[in-house]
Amino acid sequence: MAGFFSDLTVRESIDVTTPLLQLTDIRLAFGRLNVLKGVSFDIQPGEIVALVGDNGAGKSSLIKVITGVHRPSSGEIAFKGKRITLNSVKASREMGIETVYQERALADQQELWRNVFVGRELTTALGFLDIKKQKEETRRLLRDYMGFTSEVINVDSEVKGLSGGEKQGVAIARALYFNAELIILDEPTTGLALSEQRKVLNFIRNIRDKGKSAIFIDHNVFHVHDVADRFIILDKGQVAAQFTKDEITRDQLIGMMVELHEKGAIAS
Amino acid sequence: MTLHQFLARNRIPVVVTAICVLLFLVYIIGAPQTFLNSGIYAALMGTIAFSGILAIAATFIVTLGEIDLSFPSIMGLSAYVFAYLYSTQGSFPLAAVACLCVGLLLGWLNGVIITKVGVPSIVLTIGTMFLWRGLIHVLVQGQSISLFEMDGTIWNSLMVGKIAGYLPAQFVWFLAIAIGLGLIYRKHRFGSHVLFVGDNAASARMVGIDTDMVKIKCFMLMGLMAAVAGLLSLAFNQSFFPTHGDSMLLPTLAAVFIGGTSVFGGKGTIWGTVMGVLIMGSLETGIVSLGLTGFWYQFIAGLTIVASVVSYALLLKKVG
Repeated sequence: MAGFFSDLTVRESIDVTTPLLQLTDIRLAFGRLNVLKGVSFDIQPGEIVALVGDNGAGKSSLIKVITGVHRPSSGEIAFKGKRITLNSVKASREMGIETVYQERALADQQELWRNVFVGRELTTALGFLDIKKQKEETRRLLRDYMGFTSEVINVDSEVKGLSGGEKQGVAIARALYFNAELIILDEPTTGLALSEQRKVLNFIRNIRDKGKSAIFIDHNVFHVHDVADRFIILDKGQVAAQFTKDEITRDQLIGMMVELHEKGAIAS
Repeated sequence: MTLHQFLARNRIPVVVTAICVLLFLVYIIGAPQTFLNSGIYAALMGTIAFSGILAIAATFIVTLGEIDLSFPSIMGLSAYVFAYLYSTQGSFPLAAVACLCVGLLLGWLNGVIITKVGVPSIVLTIGTMFLWRGLIHVLVQGQSISLFEMDGTIWNSLMVGKIAGYLPAQFVWFLAIAIGLGLIYRKHRFGSHVLFVGDNAASARMVGIDTDMVKIKCFMLMGLMAAVAGLLSLAFNQSFFPTHGDSMLLPTLAAVFIGGTSVFGGKGTIWGTVMGVLIMGSLETGIVSLGLTGFWYQFIAGLTIVASVVSYALLLKKVG
């Protein structure tokens, strides 16, 4: 009962806050090719949103706009209620938007303590690394954010000893550690073994538990429905439909994806 | 860290150190009259410094997963600029600064063309290797430049004098550069970025590293060190020949690879490179002292290179 009420309070407080991310009429064109044709949606704080759609629907392009890789041709992006312009990956990262790609999450031959702090090194005078501090903090991150207490994987381990799911877990933990507000996951479960997929989905739930938001792209509708609070269906560069989890069952979502794929439109 | 952990984490540096120690033991046992005499070490230190300085910088380039074949020509051209200016203007500081600037500039040019135009480094630096060597030949028309007036100057003793009548100053320069760049490689933000760019460039970009700039800086470092090696060896020889630096290419790169720096990028140690330099730099002398003819040098050098890179590949495979 207590859980039910506290849940309600959380929902209410989410409703009154301004959206974390607000996209308004985002358009993106490469020459004459219109990739995004006026995309608008919001992401609330503490919300996991799944971006679904066929290949070529514009999912990746949209992600690249949100992370500062592409500048939109027109449209507005607001973050925490303030209008922003994203010029680079670095700029979006500094603002609190982080992307986790499976292949690019971490560098395999480097130790964990290097990977966690790369690009945001803790340094002493003249840019030399504060290695002791970086190791200490990495140890804390592995323990507090990932529940890693094994002796086999420690701060001095090279990343290549980790499984595909664990690598993404470290990347997600790293983002949370650096106070990312919005974590973007591009196909986080593709090509992973089942047990690894389960790990990754748990890491994604962990994002919500920490009160942060995530956008994730996945072809697996089972995963999407399992983890996400809301689904945004993208088709030919536009938002075709949006549902919250209580508005649509998994089978309905699958049916809709199939319909979109076969007919090129959603009937209802 | 226990000894076991240390060995597990530093397999390749440990192996290359063992090879080096073993090699010197063979020299000492096989030619005690030479290798139990301190004179041979002074001579070795005096000659390996030049290729050593080049190899330290080349370690950064190889760690990026890139290669530079043009550094002997950069070494030659910057040395020419020094020789020309020093012999005509008579000012050491002016000539030395110009020499180092030429090195930096040519390194920068390599870096910019590789990153911004997108020419692979192996292809571009074959081109610039011929280009700068060719420019030297055009400029000097087969002539050499004598620098005997440098003899006895303070500059000359600073660069290649003998400290306490024994230790060659160029070896101290090499050690200082190896320690300085070694610290940067392992413990500085820049070195860390070099490792990441070489390991996984896409991931490095994701975390906001300017991968192009990291590469350009490494090629500038290579150019600068080529100029430093050019300058020191010029002071050592006291004359400039159009072929200056030409013989440095393969022994230098061999030292980097014997040292265990991965040709695929992302992994290496400066310590390993220093060991590689000691191995490559002592082989010829060692072989001759052992009573073999100089004809054996290339054969045994080749054997050492092949054996070490094969063992590293096997080591890495085993670790997975």
